[in-house]
Amino acid sequence: MAPRKPSVMRPAREVAIVAFGQTRHQRSTDELSEVEMLMPVLHEVLAATGLKTSDIGFTCSGSSDYLAGRAFSFTMALDGVGAWPPISESHVEMDGAWALYEAWTKLQTGEADTALVYSYGKSSPGSVRDVLTRQLDPYYVAPLWPDAVALAALQAQALIDAGDTDEPALAGIATRSRASADANPHAQRGSSAGQGDYAVRPLRRGDCPPVGDGAAAVILAAGDRARDLCERPAWIRGIDHRIEAHALGVRDLTESPSTRLAAERAGVFERPVDTAELHAPFTSQEVVLRKALALGDDVEVNPSGGALAANPVMAAGLIRLGETAARIHRGASDRAVAHATSGPCLQQNLVAVLEGDAS
Amino acid sequence: MASAPSPEVLRAPLVVEFPFTRSLGPVQSAFLTGLRERTVLGVRTGDGRTLVPPVEYDPVTAEEIRELVEVSDTGTVTTWAWNHEPRRGQPLDTPFAWVLVKLDGADTALLHALDVPGPDAVRSGMRVRIRWADERVGAITDIACFEAYEGGDAVRPAPHSGEFADPVTGIVAAARLDYTYSPGRAQSAYIGALAERRTVGERCPSCRKVYVPPRGACPTCGVATAERVEVGPRGTVTTYCIVNIKAKNLDIEVPYVYAHIALDGADLALHARIAGIPYDQVRMGLRVEPVWTEGGRFPDHYRPTGEPDADYDTYKELV
Repeated sequence: MAPRKPSVMRPAREVAIVAFGQTRHQRSTDELSEVEMLMPVLHEVLAATGLKTSDIGFTCSGSSDYLAGRAFSFTMALDGVGAWPPISESHVEMDGAWALYEAWTKLQTGEADTALVYSYGKSSPGSVRDVLTRQLDPYYVAPLWPDAVALAALQAQALIDAGDTDEPALAGIATRSRASADANPHAQRGSSAGQGDYAVRPLRRGDCPPVGDGAAAVILAAGDRARDLCERPAWIRGIDHRIEAHALGVRDLTESPSTRLAAERAGVFERPVDTAELHAPFTSQEVVLRKALALGDDVEVNPSGGALAANPVMAAGLIRLGETAARIHRGASDRAVAHATSGPCLQQNLVAVLEGDAS
Repeated sequence: MASAPSPEVLRAPLVVEFPFTRSLGPVQSAFLTGLRERTVLGVRTGDGRTLVPPVEYDPVTAEEIRELVEVSDTGTVTTWAWNHEPRRGQPLDTPFAWVLVKLDGADTALLHALDVPGPDAVRSGMRVRIRWADERVGAITDIACFEAYEGGDAVRPAPHSGEFADPVTGIVAAARLDYTYSPGRAQSAYIGALAERRTVGERCPSCRKVYVPPRGACPTCGVATAERVEVGPRGTVTTYCIVNIKAKNLDIEVPYVYAHIALDGADLALHARIAGIPYDQVRMGLRVEPVWTEGGRFPDHYRPTGEPDADYDTYKELV
């Protein structure tokens, strides 16, 4: 599919990801509270930049009370960022990628030059399949308790019926992702895990993400501040997020027009990208996203292993931005696309273009 | 004091349960009341499409839409997924297919369950029919599930007033999630010490303040705390209030006093009930000590020690 003529939204101010950290994602972290899990990651990004918490202009986090089973759970995590004396802070009840978007917006206004963005999720205390039903339409859908895997499976079958993929192709995505994860010390699942039995047909266990706990943090900085803090900043050349109708039966589940539109606005199609980190917790969703982003075979997709190898809910999207930035920091990528999703069957999508300065 | 060994990880079941009571708009009310009467209603958009289930605003134009139409209880599967292990709350407790069904006369699909013997008995494009629940109350679960149906699809949506006797105006959407809660390292140590009738906090390595209860982080410095410090048992009332309203399920006579208490050695006040003194004689600076009841996991309340009141300057930073 040939990209349409993009209508790119150009940011007013140069903003870059200058540091990224993440936990070693694990099936369970009973011995740690959320703030205890998060704090080493916060210190990692602060140490990488030499900043202290009191130097940060704006702090924004993403998490979900439904994972914790506790109201206002994010306030406990604030102990980890030194919120006294008072700081400029905000929180999104979403993946941290959207917290990054808010922080990026704050930096665009000029009210801050640096921002700390973090997100975390402990899926181990509850059943994340059931927890995610609480984001569904409460009148017509949630009372039926369709779990997250079931909804992804409906989308996968729609793709198979449309001839966009088949079970062997999905298995190929799973195998490639897990093999990539072997080189990622933070990933939860490596190549030893196979496709396994059906979870909800047509999706097998291997098509689904592992359940796990984890956290991630990035530091954003604007202009020369970014150059001071990082040898090769990962400049956010464009970022946009879009949403589709809530009702699943209204949407064509084989397409992701919100991803496509966000990508156009972010400028993805202006020049080729070399890397894509896609937030596709299910193999079938990678099929949809590759189509929406018009990714060719020459683009390296999810070199980290992606969400199929580590899926700390609420952090997995921010990690896509962080992994992309980290590749630019170390010179492994010059122009990359990062994607995050939220909601059932790719309902909401965020796309960012990250670039490194020519070396 | 020595850095503490890792405490045993504490775990406890945590159930979050809530009967969300939701009111319905005119379109949702008509749809759900219709289900009670075995009638499926959709809503017509400005460009002539029929949305089932119906919504109050066009998802494309955001225009308010109210024109109700009746569609068939038969339809076609647009996609499906085989659920061999039904989970709690799902429509059937035997293996079933999740389906999106475009009802005859509708342009959009409805999510529900399909009762068929196995995955070989379902395919996209198959014809299905609603199986109604025996008892219907005006909820999506009035559709028990779908079942296979061999028949035509020559149905056109018919106008419907949407009016019924005794319309449903609200639903109760019961939600229950089960967790196993673990409080983490610092709070486990705190709870563990309480079981021995001791109160422990943690000292910040940077500002040296002692936090109780400890959460593993200094909220001022944003650094991890690990050095465990025993505080109390005695403390000073830094501020208080008099409670005059009886809480549900609470067996304490009103009025009673709830106070912030700075335990000796702590740099943060915790809160507890004060008893053993008339409520109108509690004051800032009052010296108190914990009272434990048999088998209690934490102090039941604090009572006066009989010492002279603490000087304001000794606790003013903690008010």
